[in-house]
Amino acid sequence: MTERPVLSVRDLEVEFPTRRGVLKAIDRISFDIARGEVLGVVGESGAGKSLTGAAIIGLLEPPGRIAGGEIRLDGERIDNLPREAMRHIRGRRIGMIFQDPLTSLNPLYRVSEQLVETIRTHTDLDARRARERALALLTEVGIPAPEQRLDAYPHQFSGGMRQRVVIALALAAEPELIIADEPTTALDVSVQAQIIALLKKVCRQHHAAVMLITHDMGVIAETADRVAVMYAGRIAEIGPVRDVVARPRHPYAKGLMGAIPTLATDAPRLMQIPGAMPRLNAIPAGCAFNPRCAAVFDRCRRERPEPVAIGASEVACFLADAGGGR
Amino acid sequence: MTAPLVKVADLRRVFDVSRPWLDRVVAGEPRLWLTAVDGVSFEIARGETFAIVGESGSGKSTVARMVVGLLPVTAGEVEIDGVSMTRPGAELEGLRRRIQMIFQDPYASLNPRWRVERIIAEPIRAFAVLDGERAIAARVGELLELVGLAAADGAKFPHQFSGGQRQRIAIARALAANPDFIVCDEPTSALDVSVQAQILNLMRDLQDRLGLTYLFISHNLAVVRHMAARIGVMYLGRLVEIAPAKTLFATPRHPYSRMLLEAVPDLAMSGRPRVAVAGEIPNPIAPPPGCAFHPRCALADARCRSEKPALRAHGAAEAACHAVEEGRL
Repeated sequence: MTERPVLSVRDLEVEFPTRRGVLKAIDRISFDIARGEVLGVVGESGAGKSLTGAAIIGLLEPPGRIAGGEIRLDGERIDNLPREAMRHIRGRRIGMIFQDPLTSLNPLYRVSEQLVETIRTHTDLDARRARERALALLTEVGIPAPEQRLDAYPHQFSGGMRQRVVIALALAAEPELIIADEPTTALDVSVQAQIIALLKKVCRQHHAAVMLITHDMGVIAETADRVAVMYAGRIAEIGPVRDVVARPRHPYAKGLMGAIPTLATDAPRLMQIPGAMPRLNAIPAGCAFNPRCAAVFDRCRRERPEPVAIGASEVACFLADAGGGR
Repeated sequence: MTAPLVKVADLRRVFDVSRPWLDRVVAGEPRLWLTAVDGVSFEIARGETFAIVGESGSGKSTVARMVVGLLPVTAGEVEIDGVSMTRPGAELEGLRRRIQMIFQDPYASLNPRWRVERIIAEPIRAFAVLDGERAIAARVGELLELVGLAAADGAKFPHQFSGGQRQRIAIARALAANPDFIVCDEPTSALDVSVQAQILNLMRDLQDRLGLTYLFISHNLAVVRHMAARIGVMYLGRLVEIAPAKTLFATPRHPYSRMLLEAVPDLAMSGRPRVAVAGEIPNPIAPPPGCAFHPRCALADARCRSEKPALRAHGAAEAACHAVEEGRL
């Protein structure tokens, strides 16, 4: 890659010290997101996708902590910044969109107040200009009759409209990076499609790098340029969305794709992966997926596979060259 | 075709959503009624899976609860195997055993203080299916193995299981009374995809082995397509289309069904241009007059704004749409 990535994560480790020992929730993951690129992060609950997002924006809940590795925003390390410095980056240079728009908006303040506050915190616009900018943002995210809606309270908006307001808030300071954690999970399908289209459009127009965290492969397939499939705190496979969805190589990624019922296929049975993701205190030695893997052999139980490049993807499996052993 | 196992006719449910009497009188407000389900009719054949899809607030769960008798109906009739569910009688008591339900959230539907064996044995005891502790214990072990758990798991508590395993326990409990008909309300929505696949496969296997009839409620079109033979699409309390699964996905008739199918994110990444979806579900307390979908429909005309369309057959499908009926679509 010639251009410097907006976000660069190297060997990130996140751990939770507990009375019974230290639990490693994120175990040496590395990835980059380029300008204008959407990286989808998928995985099942407990895979560590939201935690990765929280680590990047410096909002890990104590006692969770970054135990190793580095996070760089536009080349500059942000994982070891003091709280105050991180506070200036959050919102200004990294925008955030969370699953439930009701918890990201303050119910007691008008939408205009929340937008103007955010804009004025991060830019030097005066009150009048900030209000104009707020109006422009609401128009951009497709809120009908924005002049009348600007001074409404969050409860006066529907779920989909609230999520549009949250997107407007995230865009307020023109951030370089947007982290969207399950932005459409709380919404109905018809509204979800609108929000996905909006996210894609605004990110392209603002040339922002986007980290899209979701458990919904369909959303990723529609939105992302590249995908990282996470399993038990590690990245099993990362690559261009077409390759990972159509030709997954890691046995877990394969199982995951096969398990999703689609509108196109007519198989009487879904592919199923036996068992469930291990708990943090019981991650097996070697490859974390080995107890559930059909192609497991001795080495998988002893040694952790490092990601190897295959085409444009990277796959953490000893059998990746052989297509995951199948 | 033999007589259908389940017959639902003109089902209607109205909720009183008024504020308390005094507040209402002081503010001079009228009473408020929310029609959650209106004029819903369908039949389910023996051994068939009928699914109802719809977005939140469409009334699909309300239908499910009325069908099993958890919620009284405002009007209409539910008949299962020729016995009315809506009129109390001696026959109804015998029928209850044959109808069971699986709920969405396996964390909320299992009593956390009871051991799994007690949870599963409860319907057996309640309906006096078996006599004697040994026979019951043996049956519980058998049921646990049927759903892919170990007989020894009966001694554990629900918190010792994962979400998918809990849903297996809920299924074992539903099967304990040897039912014919199981109503499943979003049984896999709370589960991860790989676990969802396990549960859906299990439900199909059990249907084949035990000849079960399912009413399957879901918002997930792909899951519904995978599970159901016939599908009803609900919008704001009404069924707008009923069709065989293949027909619905190949040639959706109703504009709402079309919009819904269009909106599903596509794993195939065909790059098809997507028709922008307009608007959101209106407030059910004050639904639009005429066809409830008309404010979001590109084909709406004066008739759609004033007259409620009824379900009419179009080939293998039934759709409630003036535009389809008049051949404008």
